[in-house]
Amino acid sequence: MIQTLFGSLKEAEEPKKRGIFERMREAVTRTRENLSQSLEEIVALTIEIDDKALDELEMSLIAADLGVVTAQEILSALRERALNHKIRDGAELKQMLRVEIKAILDAYATPPRVVEQAPEVILLVGVNGTGKTTTSGKLAAWYRRMGKTVLLCAADTFRAAAIEQLEIWGQRTGVEIIKTKQGGDPSAVLFDALNAAKARSIDVLLVDTAGRLHTKNDLMKELDKMRRTTQRFIPDAPHEVLLVMDATTGQNGMQQAKLFTESAGVTGIVLTKLDGTAKGGVAVAIARELQLPVRFVGVGEKLDDLLPFDSAAFTDSLLGA
Amino acid sequence: MFETLSDKLQRAFKNLRGEGTVSEENINDALREIRVALLEADVNLSVVKEMIEHVREKAMGSEVMTALSPTEQVIKIVRDELITILGKDTARFNFASRPPTVILMAGLQGSGKTTTSGKLAAWLQKGGHRPMLVSVDVYRPAAREQLRVVASSIKANIYEGDLKGEPAGTPLVERLAKEARREAVNYGCDVLIVDTAGRLHIDDHLMQEMRSLKALLSPQEILFVADAMTGQDAVRSAESFHQQLALTGTVLTKMDGDARGGAALSIRHITGQPVKFIGTGEKPDAFEPFHPDRIVSRILGMGDIMTLIEKAESTLDRKKSEEFARKALSGDGFSLEDFRDQLRQIKKLGSMQSIMKMLPSVGPFQGLQQMAGQVDEKQFSRVEAIINSMTKKERNNHEIISGSRRKRIATGSGTSVQEVNQLLRQYAQMRKMFKSAGKPGMQRKLMGSLNAMRGMGGMGGGMGR
Repeated sequence: MIQTLFGSLKEAEEPKKRGIFERMREAVTRTRENLSQSLEEIVALTIEIDDKALDELEMSLIAADLGVVTAQEILSALRERALNHKIRDGAELKQMLRVEIKAILDAYATPPRVVEQAPEVILLVGVNGTGKTTTSGKLAAWYRRMGKTVLLCAADTFRAAAIEQLEIWGQRTGVEIIKTKQGGDPSAVLFDALNAAKARSIDVLLVDTAGRLHTKNDLMKELDKMRRTTQRFIPDAPHEVLLVMDATTGQNGMQQAKLFTESAGVTGIVLTKLDGTAKGGVAVAIARELQLPVRFVGVGEKLDDLLPFDSAAFTDSLLGA
Repeated sequence: MFETLSDKLQRAFKNLRGEGTVSEENINDALREIRVALLEADVNLSVVKEMIEHVREKAMGSEVMTALSPTEQVIKIVRDELITILGKDTARFNFASRPPTVILMAGLQGSGKTTTSGKLAAWLQKGGHRPMLVSVDVYRPAAREQLRVVASSIKANIYEGDLKGEPAGTPLVERLAKEARREAVNYGCDVLIVDTAGRLHIDDHLMQEMRSLKALLSPQEILFVADAMTGQDAVRSAESFHQQLALTGTVLTKMDGDARGGAALSIRHITGQPVKFIGTGEKPDAFEPFHPDRIVSRILGMGDIMTLIEKAESTLDRKKSEEFARKALSGDGFSLEDFRDQLRQIKKLGSMQSIMKMLPSVGPFQGLQQMAGQVDEKQFSRVEAIINSMTKKERNNHEIISGSRRKRIATGSGTSVQEVNQLLRQYAQMRKMFKSAGKPGMQRKLMGSLNAMRGMGGMGGGMGR
């Protein structure tokens, strides 16, 4: 009986694990296919590692939105080692590239934080249209599944119907939402939400902020103000500031990450819309240059289409290993 | 900040001096720099490759003219090539011979379809049309509510329709679209803008819905709404949308950011359809027809000087400016009165930030854009207030402004004597600079005005409290 129970329990657990891994793979399969296709082509030519082949490899990394600087750095390291080890085999070259990219992604990844004193405050920031509100909803569901109590704060008081949109996510996840009317002061509603979270002993407070281009100084100052408001209320908050970034973003992603980090103190990236054909390779560049880890990936429009980032799965999928 | 294309090319061509022509060896470095610049601007790799070959062909063996440096020459070839790809003219908008003209908005999630629908309606209203909006996005939470709010803010007609508890799906989408067209006819609206749900180009089900919407409405325009920040993937999504829907044009959104907008080139190249509009801000009127030559400068990091010139021409008083330039460069120098006039003119152009953004990021203007963020707009008002508190006599002859006069001016303008001193000092410097710039030599003139601008920026920073 126990054995049966144990067996079935184990069985139930296994597919779940595989499920996340599989879905992650699935999400980046298209990326992988594209990249690995060009890799195969190069590999076929790479009987001897010549500069031209490595040049081509660099271009394919660029095509995956890794960016010129990152691609060049990765390739120069690869070039050196390939020459030292007298690598002639394409598969070995690919393995080396895999190690290189995974190392970049892992370098600044930190284990999930344990918040000693609730509420944990998480700010979601980013440019317009990346999926902050959707991610707020999915994150609410994610924390609910972990058995946490969650409160949503509708601090996007600018975009038309952003509050209504978050309200619907609140209903879907059974999470309460603190809001004001459109055009209200986002810091004020944040203050209310912080109060409410404390009074109700909420575990996690998710703050959905308005989308803003990182070049708009006034709007970036507003984020800074929100961060300070949070800090005044809870000294070591916000505990996490997530930059929500569209996986289709090109090299401008670097600039976004840089300026949002300056104003809002970004601690991690959420890479959304990874279920398309976009590669999200800019995340590698961001990890390398700004030391920011990817925390979550968005892979669809449903409640549970948010997965914790898995660098091994991401890299494997990316390179088709 | 990263090196500009022009710097890189200059370095690549350093060894070229003394040689009469651009040769195979010496152009390779330059082409590599161009390739990197285009890739940094998010132009698609295959588009870049194709372009580089064209540029190589054109540049090879071409005479190194004395008028243009090799760098300038290659940049010119690249520019011309980019403009050729983008098409020379601003694209026209198609209207139906029998209204209503139907415009279908298509694109990925978050590209800005709803915002753009509103802006397009406002733009059409300004052109004397009577547009009607409808949202058939029955999937994203509050999407239809968003368009309703947008429509009411620009006072545009909207068909809201009644979902009648019908489940989200293609039948509901088709019903809303059909009803909206009938409504547009009934209300005498000549354009119907259909805002659709964002979808991935690989989502067969939703793409099929898009095709049936097209069959149902026979739209005159199917606009692909794309984010200017899109990277290499722009080609894939645009190609797929185009294959399935036969797009008629593109709207490039979020162009008010600092993305170089290389996606425009990729999308244009892959669809063969023109970029028709760009979105340049969050307000309903931040929307303009697309000018290929301008984005080319931006992709190459050369600024949007055409827009600036156009804006300047339409808002500035040309006679006053010429008068100022003549005075400033002549032996008399300009007075504080003239200075205030200029200040007011500049203010008419918009914020300092928006002006600086349009300047090239290469050459003598390098560094100005980064400065833009640091300029305190309030400084302009403060400077103006100081000058306003002077008498006419003082404004025309700053040398008579004694200590007691300075004190009076400071009190009158709500500033401090130090600030008044600083303004006077900067003014004197600028005046001198302009005067020396008035002597022959274009380069020096340019530097003179540049320094003057720097001086103003510095004044802003220095006087902040």
